[in-house]
Amino acid sequence: MELLQQIFVLPFVDMVSMPDFLIQVVWEGFVAGVLYALIALGFVLIYKASGVFNFAQGIMVVFAAMALVGIHDMGAPAWLALLLTIALMGLLAITIERVVLRKLVNQHEAILLMATIGLTLVLKGVGELVFGGGTKSMITEELGLPTGSSDWEVFGGIVIFQHIDIAAAVIAILMVATLAVFFSKTRIGRALRAVADDHQAALSVGISLHQIWAIVWFASGIVALVTGIMWGARSDVSFALEIIALKALAVLILGGFTSIPGAIIGGLMVGIGEKLFEVYWGPIFGGGTEAWFAYVLALIFLLFRPQGLFGERIIERV
Amino acid sequence: MFYREAGQYKTSYAADQALLPILQDRIGLLMILVAVFVLIPLIATDFFLSAIMIPFLVFALAAIGLNVLTGYAGQLSLGSGAFMGVGAYACYKLTTLFPDVNIIVHILLSGFFAAIAGMVFGLPSLRIKGLYLAITTLAAQFFLEWCFIRIPWLYNFNDSGAIEVPGRKLLGISITGPLATPTVRYLVILTIVAVMTLLAANVLRGRIGRSWMMIRDMDIAAELMGIRPLYAKLSAFAFSSYYCGVAGALLVFCWLGSAEVEAFDINHSFLILFMVIIGGMGSLLGCFLGAAFIWVLPIVIRAVPSALGIDMLAATTEHISNIVIGILIIFFLIVEPHGLARLWQIAKEKLRTWPFPYATT
Amino acid sequence: MTVADAAVADSDVADAGTAVERNELLSVENVSLSFGGVKAITDISFNILEGEIRAIIGPNGAGKTSMLNVINGFYHPQEGSITFRGKKRRRMKPYQAAASGIARTFQNVALFKGMSTLDNIMSGRSLKMKRGLFWQLLHVGPARNEEIEHRQRVEEIIDFLEIAAIRKQPVGKLPYGLQKRVELGRAMAMDPDLLLLDEPMAGMNLEEKEDMSRFILDLNTEFGITVALIEHDMGVVMDLADRVVVLDYGKKIADGTPAEVQANQDVIDAYLGVAR
Repeated sequence: MELLQQIFVLPFVDMVSMPDFLIQVVWEGFVAGVLYALIALGFVLIYKASGVFNFAQGIMVVFAAMALVGIHDMGAPAWLALLLTIALMGLLAITIERVVLRKLVNQHEAILLMATIGLTLVLKGVGELVFGGGTKSMITEELGLPTGSSDWEVFGGIVIFQHIDIAAAVIAILMVATLAVFFSKTRIGRALRAVADDHQAALSVGISLHQIWAIVWFASGIVALVTGIMWGARSDVSFALEIIALKALAVLILGGFTSIPGAIIGGLMVGIGEKLFEVYWGPIFGGGTEAWFAYVLALIFLLFRPQGLFGERIIERV
Repeated sequence: MFYREAGQYKTSYAADQALLPILQDRIGLLMILVAVFVLIPLIATDFFLSAIMIPFLVFALAAIGLNVLTGYAGQLSLGSGAFMGVGAYACYKLTTLFPDVNIIVHILLSGFFAAIAGMVFGLPSLRIKGLYLAITTLAAQFFLEWCFIRIPWLYNFNDSGAIEVPGRKLLGISITGPLATPTVRYLVILTIVAVMTLLAANVLRGRIGRSWMMIRDMDIAAELMGIRPLYAKLSAFAFSSYYCGVAGALLVFCWLGSAEVEAFDINHSFLILFMVIIGGMGSLLGCFLGAAFIWVLPIVIRAVPSALGIDMLAATTEHISNIVIGILIIFFLIVEPHGLARLWQIAKEKLRTWPFPYATT
Repeated sequence: MTVADAAVADSDVADAGTAVERNELLSVENVSLSFGGVKAITDISFNILEGEIRAIIGPNGAGKTSMLNVINGFYHPQEGSITFRGKKRRRMKPYQAAASGIARTFQNVALFKGMSTLDNIMSGRSLKMKRGLFWQLLHVGPARNEEIEHRQRVEEIIDFLEIAAIRKQPVGKLPYGLQKRVELGRAMAMDPDLLLLDEPMAGMNLEEKEDMSRFILDLNTEFGITVALIEHDMGVVMDLADRVVVLDYGKKIADGTPAEVQANQDVIDAYLGVAR
């Protein structure tokens, strides 16, 4: 009886009795959700255009962040380090396309998935070897990103907003808007959608698959870099972070594998959901529920909607 | 020249369906069995047994479990580490609650707990396929890991959160705990793994194994031929998790002697997956080849620098090992998606016409 | 099958119009099927008699494959019902259809590409194999005897279809015509009462078509299997079928013997340009 009360009544009472705290928790969840959404965005870009589920997306985020800081540590000023990292991600995209994707063109999607798992290992090893396995601090100030925080007095209490979090949200929105415009209005965007639909048909109208794939992986790399910067600005980066990127997979389930708005909404759902659950229900279970909440949420979701919120209905034709 | 089927006629279906229809294969297997059961215990060092053979066997068993689920039944799973954990903790609870019962019995029983967990987390497979299913197996992995930490009853409220293996005997010989010698532990694991491999081979070539492969290849057609997806998929999860569970129990009781949650984390799930991929999905031989490869490779890489006289940090060799394994995975997927087992099969094909390189059989 | 039945069946094929006393095996009653807004099948009724070869023909998109899928239990119609062997049902799971004795082949060969020919056809015996997990683990004993017993039956089918030479080959490597034959063998292995064939001759040359026609005819007369087949080749349809049902845009436009259907003006307008 008491347990029932604890689960179904008390958390909501807590929420209502301290609304300022609730807003803080929701905001924290929102911020985490934005970052999950960005990682998921990288996945969606690649999956939309090449049908490949890029398991290495998470490690790309970390790799990009570590590379940026690493290059800066080697002596380059922030703007140069940024440019070099962007170039590095471009080089990475071309290499992956040439060495891995090209050779696995007609293979089953499971094989491509496993190839990206292998890629994860390689990136992890190379990254740790070159940039070191320890944790690093993100060069937030050098990049010109805002620091500090603002307080907002509401409901008789205070809610604190970190400027960097606001910046992250704004940048994320800008990026999504840019990508949306890019996809629908430009020639390359159109080509990307064509490739996503049907490789062979796209080839037959003269679209170069290889070029498109390189571009998409590069775009995804840029997204990864931005994500890495934002993430690193809030907490230090290290190669142990990649596990958190696995959460983006749960986001993809909620939002669908091919939908950009879905990635955003899915990310926010996961971010806010797991924060709320951990703060208000976590103590009943001894805490640490953030480790699995996202996945269980995705699991429950899948049982009712196997294609996710925005995904395409899977129709099997025999 | 040596490896030919000429003259070996099968005069009954039973002979045709035998596990090893070719005489040379049977001789080969016999030689391997003699080597592992007799030779190795006699001549191997404790280090070789503890650091190479025992882990190899334990992971090979887990790889068989995962291969059944992913390679034969086509259900991609990233939760094998957690299912090993279920087996390990179940065995621990069983033996601390019933210390008088033989430990082997407990090890074999603990697999059933893992099987149940497998079936529960396998339920979504009825509606969810492919990548989506893999992600839900992650739910199993992280949730079960969390349980291993947050349910103190599992590790008998031990302060450190780890499980320590009590000493147990069989026929008067210590087989677990600090008194058990590597040789004894090796033989126990070897026997269990050998028997379980045989059982798996039997199931895979029969009705149940076929139903799994049907589900893997085209589950719609399978259903239209009378296979109930519910039974097929859940049985695959159950069978697979049983093997992972026993492997987990063996890992703790006959190899490490103690374990914390990290022994069953997502990295181990991936490790076993790599073994299955490189060894060959859908091949029992592949499980052993993959396990040997993935386990021995880092040891070799670690040994190379010191053999060459170069000083290298342990961390560096680990990074290099990661890179090499990653490259090899990609390489295998490009060159031979069916892994080492297929390469072995191709080699055997070539052997059949050796020494004539251009002959066809 | 008695000799008299075989003779009747033979003469039936050659002489359209001879009335034969046959029981009704399957009856489709007022079935309608739609996907979202698209109506695939509108109020179709016809029956299939025991022991006959029934052809379902019509232009592309007429709903023929959807009709087979409904009979199979893969699609569930919004209206109408199917009566098989006297049991009427609207919704049926595919494995229930299989268990009642309905087998089929597919337009795009749906073989298990990871398995050999022998294994594929053996998979057709799945429903008949009963030995449980314990015996499977052991293998020697009842499980093996069961395997051998069914292997025997499968070998008979392999002999019948003349595919003994490829029995151990993985089906993914076989040419298309042979794959279709293996698929037929797999369906036959189910010992079905009703065999649904979805364009079994698609993509075959004349020789392969003649072989396939011979197999279908033989399995109808020798093994007594009722056949419903979708086919585009008019020559095959006219030669093989006892009766024909014609679909167009999801509706039935003709139903009768090949000669009757050939002469039907609606059918000619919709589909047949020149009668063969």
